[in-house]
Amino acid sequence: MTRSRFHHGLDELKEKLLRMGGLAEQAIDRANEAYRTRDSKFCQMVFSGEAAINDAERDIDELALDLLAMQQPMAVDLRFILAVLKINADLERVGDQAVNIAQRVLDLISEPEIQLPVDIPRMADSVSTMVQRSLEAFLDGKAEVAEAVLQMDGVVDRMKDEAFVVLVQKMHDEPACTRQALNVLLVSRALERIADHATNIAEDVIFWVRGADVRHGGAHFRE
Amino acid sequence: MGVGIEVHGLNAWYGKNLSLENIDMSVAANHVTAVIGPSGCGKSTFVRCLNRMHETIPEARAEGSVKVGDMDVYGGGSDPVEVRRRIGMVFQKPNPFPTMSIYGNVAAGLKLNGFRNRKQMDELVERSLKLAALWEEVKDNLHKKSGASLSGGQQQRLCIARSLAVEPEVLLMDEPASALDPISTSKIEELIFQLKQHYTVVIVTHNMQQAARVAEYTGFFLMGSLIEYDKTEKIFTTPADKRTEDYITGRFG
Repeated sequence: MTRSRFHHGLDELKEKLLRMGGLAEQAIDRANEAYRTRDSKFCQMVFSGEAAINDAERDIDELALDLLAMQQPMAVDLRFILAVLKINADLERVGDQAVNIAQRVLDLISEPEIQLPVDIPRMADSVSTMVQRSLEAFLDGKAEVAEAVLQMDGVVDRMKDEAFVVLVQKMHDEPACTRQALNVLLVSRALERIADHATNIAEDVIFWVRGADVRHGGAHFRE
Repeated sequence: MGVGIEVHGLNAWYGKNLSLENIDMSVAANHVTAVIGPSGCGKSTFVRCLNRMHETIPEARAEGSVKVGDMDVYGGGSDPVEVRRRIGMVFQKPNPFPTMSIYGNVAAGLKLNGFRNRKQMDELVERSLKLAALWEEVKDNLHKKSGASLSGGQQQRLCIARSLAVEPEVLLMDEPASALDPISTSKIEELIFQLKQHYTVVIVTHNMQQAARVAEYTGFFLMGSLIEYDKTEKIFTTPADKRTEDYITGRFG
């Protein structure tokens, strides 16, 4: 006799997490759109969408807790639920970072528009792709897709470092632009944080699928 | 002290049916080893081969090498009675001798082995009941109450005390808590944890959570074969064999 009720619960958990992932992706896209268009409408959409992400986080935690308490999962199922709990927290933080970006954009558009030597939309595209791929890896249980996400993190880190150098230089050279430059610096930092969350999600997928802990640059299998 | 068990090439039959096939397994001394698997997988047969209980069933036989410490269980000169004294066994249903007192139950094995010194017997009965975590509950009624008058959980601990009285090196337990309520079960599990200080324990259980709670090593049997044998935490978090994973996650069985 197989445990159909339990497996139905696992399917439900996966579905809920993917739905939440969709909300987090939407928040990033809206925040990026707000930056690109300087349209506060998109910022408001990010703010109003945050509650749904927070509700989803609570809902997923509750279902995971119920499954742990009542079904005593083992092996791949246990790893799956642990991964879901961690990914859930990461997605909620992604939502928070989208809000941070939207707040910076609101401040940016309250000031005159200036040209800054950083390509935030390009960085945002890379970050958005990372989140999308990490969720795709989760959807299909594909560790190799998750591994590709890990490779992308370094690229985003470099973009953030480059942005830091040029924006600090800009603030030094043109103090009148400090406010705008600082806002853009904070946007790049929020994007880099989102990339870190996508990396965490990818690592959790690898843990779920292969039972290997690849955090902090290693591959640790239980002996 | 407990001793290790080395099993090599163990086969067991019921009549013409091969129920265990070529089992190799090293059981660590003074540890708890759990044997899990679906009904009919051979797990009970396996532990019954360790103390030659298997052959007590008509037409059942076993071949292969089982070494318990320095004792060759299937060696030419081994005496089944001595084997079973050194390798005690506790069964699913508590089976105290109903007409005997609590004391008489624990002392039964000693008497059977020709033990006559009353003072030493008193000491051994007390020690065994203490090891089985039953002494405090029965010490005032050792001779007044029969074994059958105790609760199910107490009866099982009495049976454990009876096994311990003859000072075995290994304790085999075949589903020792499956007929007990959760409180009695947790007492037995706590007891198993304590007992490994003095004995090597092999426990057959259908309850995977129980295996996870009490055992340091776990072996998974399927259709008469030992599929996987590893540290318990490895078996229950990242088993190496798909069949183990499918069983412990409830995808078959």
